[in-house]
Amino acid sequence: MDTVKQNIPVFTVAVVGAAGDGIKEGGLHLAELAQHIGCSVYLTMEYPSLIRGGHNFGRMTYGAREVHADHSALDAIIAMNSESVLLHLEELKEGAVVFVDAPHAEALKELSCKVVALPMMAAVKGAGAPHAAGPSVGVGAYCYLVGRSREEAEAMLGEVFGDILGGVAMNVSLAMRGYDAAKESGLMPKSELTVNGGCVHTGELLEGNKSVALGFLSAGLEFYIGYPMTPASGILHFLAKEAVTTDLTVIHPEDEIAAINMALGVAYAGKRVATGTATGGFALMQEAFSFAGVTEMPLAVAVSQRQGPATGAATRTSQGDLRFVVSAGHGEFPRIVIAPGDAAEAYTAARTALNLAWKFQTPAIVLLDKQLSESYQTTIVEKGAKVVTPHKPQTEGEYLRFRFADDGVSPLAFPGTSNAKVKATSYEHDEFGVASDKPEMVQAMQEKRWKKMEGIRADSRTCETVKVYGDSSAKDAVVFFGSTKGPMLEACKMIETPLRLVQILWMEPFPEEEVMKALDGVARIIDVEANHNGQLAGLLREKTGIVCHEKILKFNARPFDPAVLAAELRNKLSLS
Amino acid sequence: MTSQLATSTKISWCPGCPNNQILVAFRKAVTELCEVGALKEENIVAAAGIGCHAKILDYLNMNTFNALHGRAIPAIEGIKAANDALTVVAFSGDGDSYSEGLSHLIHAAQRNSDINVFIHDNQIFALTTGQATATSPKGFKGLTRPSGSIEEPIDPLRMMMNAGATFVARAYAGEYEKTKEIMKAAIAHKGMSFIDIAQPCITFFDTRDFYKEHIVWLPEDHDTTNLDAAYHATKRDDGKIPMGIFYRADRPTFEQQL
Repeated sequence: MDTVKQNIPVFTVAVVGAAGDGIKEGGLHLAELAQHIGCSVYLTMEYPSLIRGGHNFGRMTYGAREVHADHSALDAIIAMNSESVLLHLEELKEGAVVFVDAPHAEALKELSCKVVALPMMAAVKGAGAPHAAGPSVGVGAYCYLVGRSREEAEAMLGEVFGDILGGVAMNVSLAMRGYDAAKESGLMPKSELTVNGGCVHTGELLEGNKSVALGFLSAGLEFYIGYPMTPASGILHFLAKEAVTTDLTVIHPEDEIAAINMALGVAYAGKRVATGTATGGFALMQEAFSFAGVTEMPLAVAVSQRQGPATGAATRTSQGDLRFVVSAGHGEFPRIVIAPGDAAEAYTAARTALNLAWKFQTPAIVLLDKQLSESYQTTIVEKGAKVVTPHKPQTEGEYLRFRFADDGVSPLAFPGTSNAKVKATSYEHDEFGVASDKPEMVQAMQEKRWKKMEGIRADSRTCETVKVYGDSSAKDAVVFFGSTKGPMLEACKMIETPLRLVQILWMEPFPEEEVMKALDGVARIIDVEANHNGQLAGLLREKTGIVCHEKILKFNARPFDPAVLAAELRNKLSLS
Repeated sequence: MTSQLATSTKISWCPGCPNNQILVAFRKAVTELCEVGALKEENIVAAAGIGCHAKILDYLNMNTFNALHGRAIPAIEGIKAANDALTVVAFSGDGDSYSEGLSHLIHAAQRNSDINVFIHDNQIFALTTGQATATSPKGFKGLTRPSGSIEEPIDPLRMMMNAGATFVARAYAGEYEKTKEIMKAAIAHKGMSFIDIAQPCITFFDTRDFYKEHIVWLPEDHDTTNLDAAYHATKRDDGKIPMGIFYRADRPTFEQQL
């Protein structure tokens, strides 16, 4: 249980510009810098669905205590053009500093805040660096702003910059141009922005997608088959790289339907496999997901939500697909759905999903959202040895793929085994695996599959299905799931009223008892989620009868901002 | 030997359906390959999609994977990628792979996956009682267009040659000895093997007489290594339907390069 620390400040910097300006790299370099000096960091990337132009920004909040989400109030901004700055005007704190590429400074001269012109693109051109290295100049200027000496800054950046955008030496040199320009501008360093590793964060900077990939690998992943779709592509890209140097096999086939059907073939042949996609891609996979149900195929699926319906806001976050995923696939069959709230939980969820899929021979989903998939945060992941939960092996006697069992789990054999005919079929079938639609067989097979739920429930109790933060005896409770956890924990720090924060991680099977225990004795429940209909509140009511008294719903395809959420919560709490 | 590959499931194809001959041809092909040690029975996976063709799996006492409609091909690609020691065969239909799952067929050829695809081409959706598929002739009167279909049929053989299949053949279900031999050659081929098996639907679109009159087998000296010649050999000006192995090529398989 987190003890919520008050009064430890956090600071926020944004790198802004057009697509192609190196905004992501600039944001990551800032985040790595902050992590390097021992800060806790959260970095959000916002971008439209295009390759050049538009408005991209990376926003990074850091501090000497756990940072669970980025804040919108900016201490500084590194801008590749003036238009981007104007889009963030309302977010600038008093005394905020705007670093802007020199040719754009003139357009900002009316601003009341401090504008510092940096020779960003001039330095890039002079050095023959790639266009996207521009933000490196701003990163150097930021080192000056926070009061680091030139030598310190040079040394740190030498460790932070990677072998991209023209290489380490080139980017350090660009950054030093920014450092010097900031100093020459007469800007005074702001020592309050300096954080000297207050919380000495020992974790690594992880994005949710990479965390999911690492979680799958820790459970013995052998194959990953996926078709690219924002915001799940990061899993595919990371694993494709991993596959170059390891035994992992990664396939990117013609479409999502091929991806999941191939994955089903891989599982049938005995290899641990996962697929992953955005919710739109998962919509294409529905029939095959149902196939995994009837064939009792061990399959893990990472599903990342983005704002729908349809293509929707393609690169923006949402929690609007909870109900869709929980009831995915036609027909009734047992499945596991785990919705982690941060990168560390994403790792555990992926590991659990793949292992339980094999233990219980049924599909398991890790439910993500864009905000979790593509944001970076300093994360401590307990990476031990692989934990590969065994499947129930074939024993003596005639092999029946769908043999009835008390726990509903049949022995699993794979093609290539002598004396075992391994059958998989989309049709309802008998124990051997031959199609049958006899009423007694249909009923018996349905009962057999659902028997697994007892075992799954028992195993879920060894996992964190529900987490409580804040004051666990408070009369006012908030329920939430997924990436809303981050802004919720941040918002809580700004609220005086004691709050019981209840995060629900397991959506299927739903942890009824654990949730009821967590909400025991509350007088008021406020539901907070990023969708229009309050899907979690609906699920909670359906499963437990518990009714949320108030709802804070956000469905503009952007994550909650901690300060705004805190204000809304205070407003709800003031109601009697 | 054949009986070892049979199950106790009662056959539910129409009496006299040429699917029975495809079943017999396949059982015999597998039995003969196993007898000479070219195959091990436990290393075969037979797959199918949805349609009358797919019932074949219930009559095969071996590893089988009855996929969704149109999805047998990606499933066996996954199986083959996961275990290269397995020999994978997907039975499919014209409705199942020329209509519903066509993209998978083309991409499997494009990547030269080491799989075998045997299409039961009856030029009709039979299990759903008679609608036009992608290979039904123009003017075909089906339940969904009673006045006759308005679409030209696709040409599966030429399509597969264009897509990059490295073994392209056509067989006639009614001549099961020849079908069996082509199946054996397909299974022995390393790479994407494709056989379009003309399989008259005796209930909804009986083309038995048509095929009896129009089948011609490729001459013995047909050059299977020449793609251009193979392409042109698939059609004849006199309307006859050439049968046999049109094209064979050696290309690295998808799985070898994974």
